[in-house]
Amino acid sequence: MAGLKVEMKNIRKSFEDFKVLDGVTLHADCGENLVIFGKSGTGKSVLLKCLVRLLDVDGGEIYVGGVDTLSLNLKELNELRKDLGFLFQGAALYDSMSVRENLEFPLIRNFKFSQKEVDEKVFKALERVSLSEALDKMPSELSGGMRKRIGLARSIITEPKLMLYDEPTTGLDPITAKEISKLIIDLQTELKMTSIVVTHDLLCAKIIADRAVMLKDGGIIFEGNLEDMTSSNDPFLKNFFN
Amino acid sequence: MSDKKQTVSGKRFGEFFSNIGGLTNFSMMFFKNFLIPPYDFKEIKKHMDELGVKTLPIVSITGIIIGFVLALQSLPVMVRFGAEAFLPATVAISVCRELGPVITALIFAGRVSSGIGAELGSMRVTEQIDAMEVSAINPFRYLVVTRIIACTLILPLLTVFVDFLALLGAYVALMLSQNLTFEYYMGSVFSSLTFVDVMPGLLKTFVFGFIVGVVGSYKGYTADKGTEGVGKASTTSVVLSSLLILLFDMVLVKVTVWLWPV
Ligand SMILES: Nc1ncnc2c1ncn2[C@@H]1O[C@H](COP(=O)(O)OP(=O)(O)O)[C@@H](O)[C@H]1O
Ligand SMILES: [Mg+2]
Repeated sequence: MAGLKVEMKNIRKSFEDFKVLDGVTLHADCGENLVIFGKSGTGKSVLLKCLVRLLDVDGGEIYVGGVDTLSLNLKELNELRKDLGFLFQGAALYDSMSVRENLEFPLIRNFKFSQKEVDEKVFKALERVSLSEALDKMPSELSGGMRKRIGLARSIITEPKLMLYDEPTTGLDPITAKEISKLIIDLQTELKMTSIVVTHDLLCAKIIADRAVMLKDGGIIFEGNLEDMTSSNDPFLKNFFN
Repeated sequence: MSDKKQTVSGKRFGEFFSNIGGLTNFSMMFFKNFLIPPYDFKEIKKHMDELGVKTLPIVSITGIIIGFVLALQSLPVMVRFGAEAFLPATVAISVCRELGPVITALIFAGRVSSGIGAELGSMRVTEQIDAMEVSAINPFRYLVVTRIIACTLILPLLTVFVDFLALLGAYVALMLSQNLTFEYYMGSVFSSLTFVDVMPGLLKTFVFGFIVGVVGSYKGYTADKGTEGVGKASTTSVVLSSLLILLFDMVLVKVTVWLWPV
């Protein structure tokens, strides 16, 4: 199971008169971990949502696994989405469903597994995030870090080829943040998916990143490896990492 | 000062029409999805159960009280005209044609429309709807279509129940002031009710149920980011659905009168 290659070219996105993305070009190779940095409100979440077409772009091109996603109809898009995982900032667990139902939901609705296979997958996914005991809990009973883990389990249960993480460690204490980062890199090594991680947490990036980009003023102002970025003399980058 | 007032009411006015536009599109989307099977009967049933449990106590109490009060209020008037004998018929006709359907619908709107608005609003704000969409599940079908169908089906059932309780409430009121056997009362109720008294009143509750479902879902599904978006979705859906229920009631009553002239 190889990861999917991602290419975004010259992506533009505005909300009414407010330009958020103004020509963003980036790519992530098969199996690569790309980290996207940027201050709050620069449009990192918007960029991820454009990539999976939760938001419509105003212009540009997007290729996932060589497929021009902007030309797909809803049915084709949904086929592609079955190969995607998305960990939202607040984990976005379905709060009317138990943990088990959360994990089963994509499996039952999109695939034709037997109940036994579903149970096995749920069990394995929970084991991967070390939360087997949470099986019958409701999301409201979970702590922030646990919610992130369950969100992660739900995203990887369909064995995606491309994983998107929106600020996976924001709002967590440093120790939990580090655990989640490690979990992400472990899953990545095991499942060999392509990952795009949006964050402003340098520690998390240090654990995960193969390559990093910096988003600022609607464009990419730096692309390269993390050491070069953190040791750069550019005043903005210097300021960002201090 | 008066300038400012005008812009505020102007804004309200504009908001109302943009709501109507949005609701029309949303309803079209519902029908487009509604026409394509499969239907999620399990979800529909789950929502109907929840809605029933949530509203049954309050509509039951209301039903008994409106019947009771209606009978008490009508009694002196009927006595004045020497028409006490028609009292059961008057109460039954008022309840089945108008009071039962509209009051049940308004209470249903207050309870359910706000609930759906808040539920879907918080799912929107916490990105649960986005999460469903990226897992290749159509959130509109799963969350909205099932809720609208459940509302449309449950309100008529509740209304029949409320009508019945209102007739009982009226009987209690009459029994306390007059010598009236239950058999006699029920006999005159059922002999006075005609098709035109019962069916249009019942049929319009399908429309009211639909309105409650659509407005609540629309407000929640399109809620703004931020927690205040959820509160706004919940309160505005009550106001909007109640208003639309009354407007549609006016139109539907007019149509009924036109179809079945006296
Ligand atoms: N649906 C939307 N409607 C209007 N503006 C939006 C919407 N989503 C995001 N924005 C705006 O776009 C900008 C970027 O948002 P976002 O991508 O969430 O930032 P971040 O980099 O912190 O993730 C913000 O200024 C935000 O207000
Ligand atoms: Mg964000």
